[in-house]
Amino acid sequence: MNLRSPLRTIGTFARDHKLAALGAVLVAAFVFTGIFAPQLAPKDPNRVSVRHSLAPPSAEFPLGADNNGRDILSRIIHGARVSLYISTTSVGLAALVGVSLGIFAAWYRWTRGPIMRLMDVLLAFPGIVIALTIIAILGRGLENVILAIAIYQIPQFARLAHGLALSAQEQTYVEAAIAGGESDGAILSRYVLPNIIAPIIVQISLLVPGAIMTAAGLSFIGLGVAPPTAEWGAMLQLSLTWGRLAPHMTIFPGLALMLVVFGFNVLGDGLRDALDPRLQGRS
Amino acid sequence: MARYIFKRILIGIPILFFVVTAVFFAFRLIPGDAARIIAGDEAPQERVEQIRRDLGLDRPALVQYGAYLAKLSRGDLGVSFSSRRPVAVEIASRFWNTFSLALAAITLATIVGISMGVVSALFRGTIADHVVTLIALLGISIPVFWLGLLMMQLFSVELGWLPAAGYGTWRHFVMPTITLSVFSIAFITRMTRSSLLETIQQDYVRTARAKGVRERLVLLMHSLRNALLPVTIVVGLRFGYMVGGAVITEEVFAWPGLGRLLILSVAQRDIPLVQGLLLVFATSFVIVNLLVDILYAFLDPRIRHR
Repeated sequence: MNLRSPLRTIGTFARDHKLAALGAVLVAAFVFTGIFAPQLAPKDPNRVSVRHSLAPPSAEFPLGADNNGRDILSRIIHGARVSLYISTTSVGLAALVGVSLGIFAAWYRWTRGPIMRLMDVLLAFPGIVIALTIIAILGRGLENVILAIAIYQIPQFARLAHGLALSAQEQTYVEAAIAGGESDGAILSRYVLPNIIAPIIVQISLLVPGAIMTAAGLSFIGLGVAPPTAEWGAMLQLSLTWGRLAPHMTIFPGLALMLVVFGFNVLGDGLRDALDPRLQGRS
Repeated sequence: MARYIFKRILIGIPILFFVVTAVFFAFRLIPGDAARIIAGDEAPQERVEQIRRDLGLDRPALVQYGAYLAKLSRGDLGVSFSSRRPVAVEIASRFWNTFSLALAAITLATIVGISMGVVSALFRGTIADHVVTLIALLGISIPVFWLGLLMMQLFSVELGWLPAAGYGTWRHFVMPTITLSVFSIAFITRMTRSSLLETIQQDYVRTARAKGVRERLVLLMHSLRNALLPVTIVVGLRFGYMVGGAVITEEVFAWPGLGRLLILSVAQRDIPLVQGLLLVFATSFVIVNLLVDILYAFLDPRIRHR
């Protein structure tokens, strides 16, 4: 960066990208809600109360209750925690593996063929199909959902990192490091990686919403996180049966999901514009 | 041109071969006693042994891989565990349902997406542009199943205009088609807009302007044709994914297609059926991409003479 303070840099970014700033606020709210869900939720998200089954929004249940009389607001708040956990761990894992594969394929030429062919195989399927395949192999459960999402996102990182690393390793400072006798590991981690990290961060912000959506989609079709865990997709699955009697069961979990995904999308767009000078002034 | 097509086909074949290999070996990775896990804890021992034989888990992986390839070359995809019917029959009976839905959705997405993208670029910076941009942003952010549920609530439950689920008349197609196409509409809109704005900076467009051609005409006649080239690729890619990617839309509207079949087969761990579906999805994806490449070369002479 330059001599401006980080705070002023953020201020300038927010001024130039108003929509992205809104996205940042939504994302921050999501992260905050996820981390402090147990403190924020007014009720126990799993407390069943037959008396309040399908209760419409009221003072006691601000967003209504579901078919089991569970508080929807509390379930949405706890759902943010599940969503935050799955999306950050899966995208983090995908970035770690994908970027390593990409850098490897660029540096050790002989690994390029096998790595890229494997990525081609993964890219021949829609993400949800890969995820379902992993579930078919490993079974259901939180960890397997994380792995399922991570695996279909690996090629996105591998391809990007491979392209970036190819040009980064042509730079003079890498030649200098080679001439200086530094080890491959040191060159890759100290010279190549730091120089390709910015577009990878943008990629992370663009893939998190996809991970959130896929996790919810898997629960929606009953192959994701096991009930009774409060999860947005699982809540919407219940509304497939009960939604016509209680529209609040459909509206609120979906709205939460959409706001978060929207927030990540506009934040990612803004970051991409800000970090990629070629795009500046175009949109 | 024939040479180019031949070359493209040659590139597609190894990808399919790798997919077949990966699909086969991936299911050898089931942790523990695969046959017991697939059969379930309560299944009798004979059933477990039968699954072990069906999957060839009693033989070395390579021998079984060879047998698998040999069967595949005769078009034999194996037998479904749950229905005991050939996988090929199960898939064939539902393929058209998914294919017709995907075709309807990609047609809608292409028409609406390109129109919105062109309007947005033509009237860049105006209210119309901002509205389209916002719609496109919402389109990539809205969860498909939520959109489906909301439409169902409105048009089936409240208004009673459209059937909530099932397959049959054109009325059954309306909501699933819209649901499946929304993401693609948004994607194609964004792509058309940025591609058109980029083309405007090209030399041939400047020449047209210098000749005194009217501005809107420059955009439509000189830029659009070139701008739509990359859009063709995106349309093809989206369509290739739709054949397998209609999973959630099909589940919302109880559409009897391949996506629901996949959900069912994954839930029951019907491995031969899952494998068969994966091969069909990958094959459609590779074929669609091949067709798109050929179309692209047809539209853009610069490609085939390279």
